Amino acid sequence: MKNRKVGIVSVGLTKFMRRAKETPKELAYYAAKTALDEAGITRRDVDAAIIGSAPDAFDGVHQKHEYLTDGAGGVNLPTMRGYVGGGTGVFSPIQGWYSIASGMHDVVLVTTEEKMSSVLPSAQAAFNTIFDNMIERPLGPNLVWIFALEMRRYMETYGIPKEHIAAVSVKNKGNALDHPSAMLGQKLTIEDVLNSEVLAEPVHLLDISPVADGAVSFVMMSEEKIKEFGISLDDVAWVEGVGWNVDTTMWTNRDLSYPKYVEKAAKQAYTMAGQKDHSPETLRKWLSFAEPYDPFNYKELHHLEGLQLFEKGKAPLAAYEGVTARDGDFPVTPSGGLLGVGNPIAAAAGMKVAEVYLQLTGKAEKRQIPKDVTRGLAQAWGDLMQVGTVIILKGGRVE
Amino acid sequence: MKVRGTKLSHDEFMNKVISVDHHPEIEYAWATGIAISKFLEGLKQGKIYGAKCNDCNRVVCPPRIFCEECFSPMVEYVELPDTGVVNTFSLAYIRTDASRREKPEIPAVIDIDGTTLTPSGFLHLLDENISHDEIKVGMKVKAVWKPENERTGSITDIMYFTKMEE
Repeated sequence: MKNRKVGIVSVGLTKFMRRAKETPKELAYYAAKTALDEAGITRRDVDAAIIGSAPDAFDGVHQKHEYLTDGAGGVNLPTMRGYVGGGTGVFSPIQGWYSIASGMHDVVLVTTEEKMSSVLPSAQAAFNTIFDNMIERPLGPNLVWIFALEMRRYMETYGIPKEHIAAVSVKNKGNALDHPSAMLGQKLTIEDVLNSEVLAEPVHLLDISPVADGAVSFVMMSEEKIKEFGISLDDVAWVEGVGWNVDTTMWTNRDLSYPKYVEKAAKQAYTMAGQKDHSPETLRKWLSFAEPYDPFNYKELHHLEGLQLFEKGKAPLAAYEGVTARDGDFPVTPSGGLLGVGNPIAAAAGMKVAEVYLQLTGKAEKRQIPKDVTRGLAQAWGDLMQVGTVIILKGGRVE
Repeated sequence: MKVRGTKLSHDEFMNKVISVDHHPEIEYAWATGIAISKFLEGLKQGKIYGAKCNDCNRVVCPPRIFCEECFSPMVEYVELPDTGVVNTFSLAYIRTDASRREKPEIPAVIDIDGTTLTPSGFLHLLDENISHDEIKVGMKVKAVWKPENERTGSITDIMYFTKMEE
């Protein structure tokens, strides 16, 4: 059976904030209601709701998706939560896609939400439960450790200078100055990044994205429903490819210099979209831009390589030379990313998918890439560095 | 599109708005299973165990009872040397509770000697007294054990790994 054609027809975002007064449910409502209003539909038109949110440990409430159901517009509907750690925000619209592509539903409301500020004294306490309970936690690890360890292995393997990686923080925090949801848009220099507080060498404070509260929603529809509602194709981005992949949690047994699971997820998505040539030159022409996951600056580069958009070890120099600037040859993270807009885990990756939609429909305002954009990719990643999720969208009128 | 949300400063949250506190008291104790029990019993005896997959022929550490690639049972434990190679390391100034240290601890992934196909190993700490300039990816290291009577069958029965003399 052939998959049905599925489009994103609207998005809704909240501000991203270090601490929101709103409850998670209220944040979800803001995003979901905005997305419905933007699509010109009501909750009565929705067939199913999908909720993406990361560990319950941040909120300290039981079964967060059930708690969030009201705010995500899911009461008395087939509502479900998909959860793949940091990869969740891209996985949720993937779930929306297969719910519709399969013929199961026609109109799906997808909400990604995170409130990380409730856990005290900091989100670290919840994050540390990510480590293996038997042979890692007794060593007293901090979440930053694993990123420092992966970043060092990546830099050593390819001989990457820190300056090239720091350029990603400068670019993304600068891009975020134009994002209305952003909490950390900043004009910085490479020296500012290199001279910021050392947390765990080689990771400094400005290499990291800030924890945040926020929510992002999407309305997704079948092609038939888009026609029925009379929605203009100018407001549609079609889902052209999806992919996801999960590696073992035994991260100390893996090659830390290269995210194989991202490669597998990306190739699944490219192949589904009909793109059989996975060479970087071809892919950078085929895609107009990308929004890879950037919780740390080096991760954007690591992911660009896993996504096959640059050769192994070659993304850092491209970033340093401005290739990935918003007005560069291949724009990367025009939104400002997690580094600049903020990192409310599931909602952060939701924001990346939203950015691809907004760019393709010409609604990115000050962030609009100054060239024609026809096709974009969003990718997320998570857990013990072993989850990759990828979605490819194309413009509503692109054949 | 309007983006909504009400930002609270730390001071507003702590002193000016109504919040509700909860301090759950929960403890967990985990049975360590078949393979990790063997690994931890080994540490108590000053030994590092891995396991061998008879299908793909690789020796892995830490051990498990099945190969996640072949999905075959790993029936054979292999005693490995207590030496290895630094796969990667960090100088960490941030503690587990996010407070800061003056002198860094040095978490590292140690690839244990005798693992095969691709090297494998586990997270541990390096000797804090090694000069930072000397620590390199690829450095050969050896486990420094707690005295036998202080070992409890824990990853911390190895105090840290230190540089091996050339």
